Amino acid sequence: MSTVHTEIVTPAGKVYAGDVHMVSVRATSGEMGILPRHMPIVAPLEIAMVRLKHEDEQTVDYAAVHGGFIQVAPDQITILSEAAEMKDQIDVERAQRAQAEAQEALNTLHESSKGYHEALLKLKRSELRLKVAALRDPVKQG
Amino acid sequence: MLSMRDIKEQISSKKQMRKITKAMQMVSSAKLNRAQTDAQSYKAYADKLHEMVGSIASAQCNRGGKHPMLETRPVKKTAYLVVTAERGLAGAYNNNVLKYTQQLIEEKHQSKEEYTIIVTGKVGLQFFQKRNIPVIYSKIGLPDLLRFDDVIDVAKTAITLYSDKKIDELHLIYNHFVNAITQSLVDSKLLPLTDIDGEQSADKKVRYEYEPDEAEVLDRLLPLYAEGQIYGALLDAKAAEHAARASAMRNSSDNASKIIDDLTLSFNRARQASITQEITEIIGGAAALE
Repeated sequence: MSTVHTEIVTPAGKVYAGDVHMVSVRATSGEMGILPRHMPIVAPLEIAMVRLKHEDEQTVDYAAVHGGFIQVAPDQITILSEAAEMKDQIDVERAQRAQAEAQEALNTLHESSKGYHEALLKLKRSELRLKVAALRDPVKQG
Repeated sequence: MLSMRDIKEQISSKKQMRKITKAMQMVSSAKLNRAQTDAQSYKAYADKLHEMVGSIASAQCNRGGKHPMLETRPVKKTAYLVVTAERGLAGAYNNNVLKYTQQLIEEKHQSKEEYTIIVTGKVGLQFFQKRNIPVIYSKIGLPDLLRFDDVIDVAKTAITLYSDKKIDELHLIYNHFVNAITQSLVDSKLLPLTDIDGEQSADKKVRYEYEPDEAEVLDRLLPLYAEGQIYGALLDAKAAEHAARASAMRNSSDNASKIIDDLTLSFNRARQASITQEITEIIGGAAALE
C-alpha cells in the first residue's frame, strides 16, 4: 500500500513528520480524507481533530490542530497551524483550566461584547484538546 | 592616596560585582542558545508559509483581484512596531532602536496624527511615554523564552488595526540577531505585504486547487502570515537581546577584572610602603638608643 509523507508544522517546530496512508481533516468546507496522489489542494482548517492513519490500517495517530491550513502537494502533505499537538503531548490539566476560564468568560459576557469571540475560540480549543486526549488507545478502537 | 583599608574594601566590592555580571553573562548565554533553537524551529514554519503565500498571491495578482492586505493605499497614518527589552543592562540594545525610531519620526512626520507606536518591552514604553509620543498598544512582560501564545495578542492587534484602516502602514523596528557579538538594526515594512509576489520560480509550478475558493483562503492565510512575521521578528529580537546582554556583561566582567588588578597593585604598593616605613622607624629608634 502506498503512503505519503506528512508533516504538521507550527511556529514552535514540527509536531509530526512521517509517512502515513490517509489523512483526515475537517476543512472549513467540510470533512476531507486525503490519500496518496491526491490532487494539489490548499484548504483552511477548522479547530478540529486530525487523524493520521498508518500503512497497516490499524494504527492511527491523533492530533489536535487549532485552525490553520492543509497543503497537499504531489509528493507530500503539510498541515500548517499556529498551534497543534499530538495526542500524547496534550497538557490535560492546562486544557481543563482553560476550559473553565473560557466557560466563565462566556457566562459573564454578552454575545455582542468584545472578547466573546475570543472566549468562544478558547473554549473550542480546550474542548478539542480534552476530546483528543481522552481518546482511548487507537488500536483497540478498531 | 587611599588607605590600605579603603583599597581592600573597593577590591571586595568589585569582586562582588564581577560575580554578578559573570552570572548574568552565563544566564544570557544559556538563554541565547534556547532562543536560537526556537528561531530554527520557527524557520521551518515560516518557509512553508512563505511558499504557500507566494504561490497563491501570485496567482491572485495575475487575475487582477487584490486582497486589502496586499494593496498599497494612501498613507494617512503609519504605525511602528518597536521591539525593546524588559530591562536594560544590554549595552546599546534598547538605545539603538529607540534613537532610530525617534529620528525617523522627526524626519518623516510633522504632526502626531500621522503616526503611532506599538511597543513591546518596558524600556520602550517608558521612553515613549516620557516623550509624549502616542502609543496605541503596548505589551510588557514578555518572557525570556517566547512562545507563540505570548505574541499572539500583539500580532492580532496590529493586524486588526490595519484591516480596520486605523493605520495604513506597519513597520517593524527591531534588532536583528546576526551572530553572538553582532546585532543590526532592522526597519522593515510588514503591511501592506508587498514583497511576496514574484516568488514563484520556474521549477515550482504546482497548480493548487483552493478550497472553497482563492479569496477565502487568502483571507485566512494572510493574517496568519503577518502574525508569523511578527512572531519571527520578536524571536529574532529576543535572540539579539540575549546576545547583546551576554556581551555587555562579558565586557563589564572584564572591566571589573582590570580594576581589581589595578587596585591589587596599589594595595601591594601601599603595604610595601607601610612595611618600609615601619622598618625605618625601628632602625631609627634603635640608632637613637645606642
